[in-house]
Amino acid sequence: MTLGRRLALVLFAFLAFGCAQGTPEQKPRAAAKGGPPAYGDALVTGSIGEPSNLIPVLSTDSASSDISGLVYNGLVRYDKDLKLEGDLAQSWDVSRDGLTITFHLRHGVKWHDGEPFTSRDVLYTYKVLVDPKTPTAYSDAYKQVKTAEAPDPYTFRVTYPKPFAPALESWGMNILPAHLLEGKDITKSPLIRHPVGTGPYIFKEWITGQKVTLESNPDYWEGRPYISKYVYRIIPDASTMYMELKSGGIDEMPLSPVQYQRQTNTPEFLSRFNKYRYPASAYTYLGYNLRLPLFQDKRVRQAMTCAINKEEIIQGVLFGMGQIAHGPFKPGSWAYKPKVNDDFGYDPARALALLKEAGWVMGKDGILVKDGKQFAFTIMLNQNDQRVKTAQIVQQRLRKVGIVAKIRVMEWASFITNFIDTGKFECVILGWTLGQDPDIYDVWHSSKTGPKELNFIHFKNAEVDRLIEEGRETFDIEKRKACYWRIQDILAEEQPYTFLYVPDALPAVSSRFHGIVPAPAGIGYNLIKWYVPKAEQVY
Amino acid sequence: MGRYLIKRLLMIFPMLIGISLITFVVIHLAPGEPVEMQVSMSPKISAATREKLREYYGLNKPLHVQYGIWVSHLARLDFGRSFGSDHRPVTEKIAERIPVTLSLNVIALILEFCLAIPIGILAATHRDTLVDRSISVFVFLGFAVPTFWLALLCMYLFGVKLNWLPISGLHSMGSDKLPFFGWLWDLAKHLILPVGIATFGSLAGLSRYMRSSMLEVLSQDYITTARAKGVKERLVIYKHALKNAMLPVITLLGFSLPGLIGGSVIFETIFAIPGMGQLFYQGVMARDYPLVMGILIIGAFLTLLGNLLADLSYAFADPRIRHGRE
Repeated sequence: MTLGRRLALVLFAFLAFGCAQGTPEQKPRAAAKGGPPAYGDALVTGSIGEPSNLIPVLSTDSASSDISGLVYNGLVRYDKDLKLEGDLAQSWDVSRDGLTITFHLRHGVKWHDGEPFTSRDVLYTYKVLVDPKTPTAYSDAYKQVKTAEAPDPYTFRVTYPKPFAPALESWGMNILPAHLLEGKDITKSPLIRHPVGTGPYIFKEWITGQKVTLESNPDYWEGRPYISKYVYRIIPDASTMYMELKSGGIDEMPLSPVQYQRQTNTPEFLSRFNKYRYPASAYTYLGYNLRLPLFQDKRVRQAMTCAINKEEIIQGVLFGMGQIAHGPFKPGSWAYKPKVNDDFGYDPARALALLKEAGWVMGKDGILVKDGKQFAFTIMLNQNDQRVKTAQIVQQRLRKVGIVAKIRVMEWASFITNFIDTGKFECVILGWTLGQDPDIYDVWHSSKTGPKELNFIHFKNAEVDRLIEEGRETFDIEKRKACYWRIQDILAEEQPYTFLYVPDALPAVSSRFHGIVPAPAGIGYNLIKWYVPKAEQVY
Repeated sequence: MGRYLIKRLLMIFPMLIGISLITFVVIHLAPGEPVEMQVSMSPKISAATREKLREYYGLNKPLHVQYGIWVSHLARLDFGRSFGSDHRPVTEKIAERIPVTLSLNVIALILEFCLAIPIGILAATHRDTLVDRSISVFVFLGFAVPTFWLALLCMYLFGVKLNWLPISGLHSMGSDKLPFFGWLWDLAKHLILPVGIATFGSLAGLSRYMRSSMLEVLSQDYITTARAKGVKERLVIYKHALKNAMLPVITLLGFSLPGLIGGSVIFETIFAIPGMGQLFYQGVMARDYPLVMGILIIGAFLTLLGNLLADLSYAFADPRIRHGRE
């Protein structure tokens, strides 16, 4: 996973286990044979999707970034505690006015074909990202750059017209080899199916629809990875993947809540696998169309939140494998405020009181009425099993306070094109995948309410706008934190969404792999330190 | 016969144009565009970037112009490049997948015919006995059971519980280092479940066809004559009756031709087999117009060709039809 990818709050994305955070939990397991770290063996992992394109600037899918994340490096990356650290850049300086970032590149790094890595590669990657002829989805963050220069082979400098905090993170984008790509049409490059990077694993082969194989890079600047081979098997069906895991065909996969809670607690499974659990970087919400008079009164939205029992949803839908969401930031991250002023917890009596205040009175048939109209609307969502169940629980709870919600489930593309983009919806259940940087400009700023933009609920709040702008224009974490904490209080008060839950990522990994240290970043961050003791190696 | 053949061959082209026009319009009517499917709801993409991508794919042009461009390329046998982010030529993507689907389907088809024909004959010769009834129950069971469910059960039994067979995919880890026969055995083990279950599911149609066709032939006068003159029952059935009863079955073979390159999405997904079904499904979900159109056109062409071959083989096999036309 590249930082560029993490940066994007891509909706409906995979809950990849590498980018989650919080307090991991490890279940006890039977004693393994153990032994000192040893080189060798292979890690076979399963993926529902197949990579599309292994030049990272051209692809948007999680499978492609899983592979390119191991083959390439960025200038910076997030460490296990989700702090930015140098990757191909040994260090960097931000100028006093926050406008210029100077990266000092690592010496002695080589591309997999033996060529040295220099600032020319970084400059090329920047140029290809902003080239109008490149069909990339990532150009916007780089178009902010005023000048980019490479004064010497180990220095790269970018200048921005105004300070832009998320800029630093954008340099986590995978750096491409200039000597193989410069002057060529990137969309027809052989690197699309045969990438050459600087990363811990060297690309070996890709058999379409079956697997991608990588081999460890003996000259990797951080040291040779212990596991010699990384095999990425494409198994499009989740049940098949689970059986492959149980039969030993793959070594790791993300479990579903029901698999984690109900199907993997046998002594046999626990002796062969370690299960991990930590909050995923995502949340699910109930969003209100704020253009509709029905939802313009914030007391109505507050009442809806009070009427919904979030804990019940987590138990019913996630088998308890998740936590209540209160706002748009990741629980445990620095931007997350642990206790907002008033989160309108489950309280049907309060809901009724708020609705009464807003002028709704209970009709004879148990449905709220105002100005002769009943309180009824439709919740729209796409075909996603967890969201459908969530909608049903929400529907029941709302009915108890006299609100009638109908549920309409539809295919993703028509949902987005015909309803979200056109604003023809009342209520939706959707989710966001969160990036590491807390900048929420695209989803919450009032300038982002245009067609196809992401503030599709039309949330407009002058104070939130100002705080979002302030937060992205300073590199000072304390100042940013103050902005984001205030935003969380405002959002809790306004309830433009009813934030529902943050699911847990639940990977299971074969217990022959040692050296896995769960951290806020999940478990995948130190893959190169994972090892299989000689006695337990199977491949 | 020659004129008939030429006429039939020429008819393929207007049919293809009709089919392509309809499919082109239908796929473009589906909500969402390729660009949308790649970047919708992703915050870091501005309207300008989106428009740039649309222009790159030529989606900003009117629909009839897009169709014109596509047809003019097709006339030069250029199926275009995929709208997927790999931008590979459509023909390359299809060529990569056809061998797997084709060989799986051919094996399954051979198995199906080898099993269904004897089963059909057996059912016909033992009409209304316990044998016939058990066969009916067996083949209809295969027909009625959802394949994906049966597949999952078998995978669990043979793969997880008994550990006899691999669960999914086509090759085991490290199979490329095995000697040729070891490699072949590994592949065969991977194919047992998918081919076996696919065949089980398709036995019903063909074997019932065979049974009724056999029964019809057995009730004809010349069979009675053969029996009356004392020909052994074995000879009556396998020499006199079978030949004629096989005719409609041969036609069915012709109709199976286009099916050979089309894979089943559900099946391929469950067994992780990289075939045409998955490719087409992914193409549709990503609104990858050139890929979808490419597969449909090849499929349509093969269907038309299959129909033609079926008609021709029928004419060759049945003298009555042949002489009727002449």
